[in-house]
Amino acid sequence: MSGLTVSGDDFILNIPEPVFLGFLGVLALLLVGTIAALILPRAQPGKWTDLGPRMRSWWVIVILVGGALVLGWQATAILFALISFLALKEFLTLAPTRKEDRLIVLLAYLSVFVNYGLIFAESLFQDSYQIYLVFLPVYGFLISAAAMAWIGRTEGYLPTVGIIHWGMVVCVYNIGYIAFLMRVPDAEAPAGGAGLVFFLIFITQLNDVAQYCWGKALGRTKITPSVSPNKTWEGAIGGWLTTAVVFYFLAPVFTPLSPMHAAIMGVIVPMAGFFGDITMSAIKRDLGVKDTSRLIPGHGGVLDRLDSLTFAAPGYFHLLAYFAIERF
Amino acid sequence: MLQTIRRYGLMLIVRPIARLLFGLDVIGADKLPKDGPAIVAANHNSHVDTIVLLCLFPAKLLHKIRPVAAADHFDKGGFGSWFSKNIIGIIPIKRGGASRGEDVLLAAKEALTRGEILVVFPEGSRGEPEEMTRFKTGVARLVEFHPATTVTPVYLQGAGRSLPKDAKLLVPFNTTAVIGDALAWNGSHHGFVDELRAQIEALKAQAPPMRWE
Repeated sequence: MSGLTVSGDDFILNIPEPVFLGFLGVLALLLVGTIAALILPRAQPGKWTDLGPRMRSWWVIVILVGGALVLGWQATAILFALISFLALKEFLTLAPTRKEDRLIVLLAYLSVFVNYGLIFAESLFQDSYQIYLVFLPVYGFLISAAAMAWIGRTEGYLPTVGIIHWGMVVCVYNIGYIAFLMRVPDAEAPAGGAGLVFFLIFITQLNDVAQYCWGKALGRTKITPSVSPNKTWEGAIGGWLTTAVVFYFLAPVFTPLSPMHAAIMGVIVPMAGFFGDITMSAIKRDLGVKDTSRLIPGHGGVLDRLDSLTFAAPGYFHLLAYFAIERF
Repeated sequence: MLQTIRRYGLMLIVRPIARLLFGLDVIGADKLPKDGPAIVAANHNSHVDTIVLLCLFPAKLLHKIRPVAAADHFDKGGFGSWFSKNIIGIIPIKRGGASRGEDVLLAAKEALTRGEILVVFPEGSRGEPEEMTRFKTGVARLVEFHPATTVTPVYLQGAGRSLPKDAKLLVPFNTTAVIGDALAWNGSHHGFVDELRAQIEALKAQAPPMRWE
């Protein structure tokens, strides 16, 4: 593995070179954004009020995620377990639950420990990945449905079972794949697991930004008028193509994919991100909120920031595993 | 010394844990009183309410914040009593059973005179989760005694779901606090608490919808 050793200690600060350069690129973008946040509100008062807090939050996000990737898979798993908990708490706060369901909600939070615990258990037995695959989608579903039947309130039973399972899969299971990527053996990816995680997050965020820019520049025809009225066909397709091209050309730096496989994933991953985005919008509309919380100044809630990743992460993980990763 | 323990204990331990468990979304934070004497009045559904309100204030004001709490519940002696009085900073107040001629509000009045900020729950008791009961007039009598005091209405949502009355299990949910414009004394005990109650009820519209039946 090509490594850029920052300190003599291989264990903690051995950052793969592409990840190091990737973060330098992200820091450059942050600096540009921060300078814009200082200048624009003065040039056009009242218009860019959101930009300052938004940029400050980006700094925090980049430092947290970057720090976790540098520290290794354990720190990454802990960070994303925390993110999953916060996302699930946002979801279960807004989604309707019943007075009898408090215990079930607590069990749903406990699923975060089991889900991420299985990423740690990978050190003990390799089958933990197989268990991870089925634990929340199948057994999380069976256990929560049975526990709710046991508690015994039948009125509203079916919608609530659905809500609890929906929250666990989207906020915990799907997001957990990001942390599980860190367990890809270093020899199997040109920039290690950290490179795979960096690339996934970079690509989904790039897709959001590219869609926004193309939409601003050319957007005319609404794509999902009743769910996300600001989204346009022009923005979605422009963003999709831009991301696909960037994915294709950067894939050799971060992933072990062949050009053919990189092309396929370049098409699918941003599309998954788009659908994650509109799915979360549909849920927010149904629940009657604009943002899922006020935790991240300028952005809204954890789920508002995570929406595209909740769909892109499992697709990215499974396609990588199928095409190129021996371990999974 | 105790004041320092309280301040850092609240800032470094209580606040991060509360944020992790209860989110603490605030709408209209700039309307909170910036100095005493002042009263912050909120609806009451859970012990968590007091923690949520404490965590709304900046660190430099924490030493002035005094939640007014029922003596029969929080001043029963032992460690709980010490913690409530010295870390949470409560002013214990007698509910019912006070002897005739005894001014149960005396300690609260003294705190206002010292320029402190009282946190009160005019419902007097937590009641059914996420439902508001009628207001007691104590808060009006405090403002009458000290007319310079402003009363800031706060609508709290969600803590009654995390820890309802009589619940043994604490379940994390996000809470929202909506802060309203401060009220001034209007000359009538019942008129004042009715207006306060109407204000808090009106703030509810700004909180995110909550469906919990």
